[in-house]
Amino acid sequence: MSNQRIDSGNNAAALAVQLCDVDVVAAYPITPQTPLTEKLSELIAAGEMDAEYVAVESEHSAMGVCIGAASAGARAFTATSSNGLLYMSEQLHWAAGARLPLVMCIANRGIGAPWSVWNDHQDAMSQRDTGWIQLFAKDHQEIVDLTIKAFRLAELVHIPVMVNYDGYYLSHTYMPFELPAAAAVKEFLPPYAYLHTLDPQQPESLNSVTLPDARQDVHGVTQGGYMDIRHNLHLEMRQAMEVLQEIDAAYQQAFGRGGVPLLDPYRCDDADFVVVAMGSLANQLRDVIDQLRAADNLKVGVLALQIYRPFPTAQLAAALQGAKGVMVFEKGLSYGNQGALYADLKSALYPYPARPQLHNFILGLGGREIRTADLSQTLKTACLQPAQSLPEQTDTPHWMGLQL
Amino acid sequence: MPDSRFKILTSASTAGPGDAGRTGSWRVERPVIDYSRCTPAKLGKHACHLCWLYCPDRTISKDIEPQIDLEYCKGCGICAEECPTRAIRMVAEEEFAKGDGHE
Repeated sequence: MSNQRIDSGNNAAALAVQLCDVDVVAAYPITPQTPLTEKLSELIAAGEMDAEYVAVESEHSAMGVCIGAASAGARAFTATSSNGLLYMSEQLHWAAGARLPLVMCIANRGIGAPWSVWNDHQDAMSQRDTGWIQLFAKDHQEIVDLTIKAFRLAELVHIPVMVNYDGYYLSHTYMPFELPAAAAVKEFLPPYAYLHTLDPQQPESLNSVTLPDARQDVHGVTQGGYMDIRHNLHLEMRQAMEVLQEIDAAYQQAFGRGGVPLLDPYRCDDADFVVVAMGSLANQLRDVIDQLRAADNLKVGVLALQIYRPFPTAQLAAALQGAKGVMVFEKGLSYGNQGALYADLKSALYPYPARPQLHNFILGLGGREIRTADLSQTLKTACLQPAQSLPEQTDTPHWMGLQL
Repeated sequence: MPDSRFKILTSASTAGPGDAGRTGSWRVERPVIDYSRCTPAKLGKHACHLCWLYCPDRTISKDIEPQIDLEYCKGCGICAEECPTRAIRMVAEEEFAKGDGHE
């Protein structure tokens, strides 16, 4: 029986993980992820979840335990934020290269220095090239749904998945959401299986020194070298988008929610201007554009990215072909260049005929408040502004809400 | 299990000679067995075979006179270290190049 509740985003994630029949949880507490791991340890201690909770001394160890558990044939989960995610970084590359189907929640938070516990996306953006799939939730219901889908996706494509949700904005606020019935989730998610599960009867060395060239193994079968293994990771990560769409369709059939696995458009059909964002900001922007449409007669839509890696290149470019202007709002950047999402979006558009005027806004770093009125004013100005003559001007990110 | 459309390529290997390529060329020192001191050779029956057991690349045969596959032996010296009768000594490859290695 499904179950309506009002709870925090962290608890929404924990309850989804409970439904996914996880065998091992290894996590180190860090704000704002802490209540998620506390909830899981409570559920396990109370016997409401049949899993092993491994209390580790660091995030590096948390990912190490998950890598070991997944290799041994156990469904493993961890969660972190900010500097904790960065402390795992080496192990993140390892989990992806080993094609381990792990799932991890990130309650997104700014990275020190200076120390900050508040929200932005720099933690996830800094790990975009680790070979993990990165999904972004906009609300609590999506945290639940994406976490359940993430396990099925990871296990079908053998690529680890991060489920991102905004620290505090989502992790600590309370919202209504529906929790699917345990039996239905069990049916949706087949039992865990890893291609190279450790087996004493069939001993294998996993991921030892792999030579630059392909080799004949002891059975005379050609085995790829490092570059071939990495090429396939990339190729199959691209193909994972198709599998995610199929999973989303199956999820929609089973639970009645879904239909927008890659991009979630809001009032984009007739839009002259499209605002692009990830996470809870995309929902906040819906209110802003409703206002702009009503008060200023500006045809604006919001396009939320539900997945950042693999990047939905063709889908995004196609969705923006009819727009005159595109405004990318993001809570992170590639220092010394531009917003990373903006740069990715620009490169996605390059091979296509229509090249809308682009704007990049950096906002909300380290929890800087994002006022709806400021968003509205910034967006209105950008819509009404004539095309700028200097390419340098057009391409420079604007920092919104600076207090200098 | 993974979706059948996906060829999950990973680095996994089973024990055996050649899983890392023809590693014989890595060798700096070559193990040479003195069968007059080697336990199975001396007894004329299967015994000891610790060199066979310890070789990480499985290049030593489990014969009465154990043979070393020099295509794959990378000269790590574990067999010489483990041999309880000191029947295996490590000889510099350059000795063989000069023709002084007696093999």
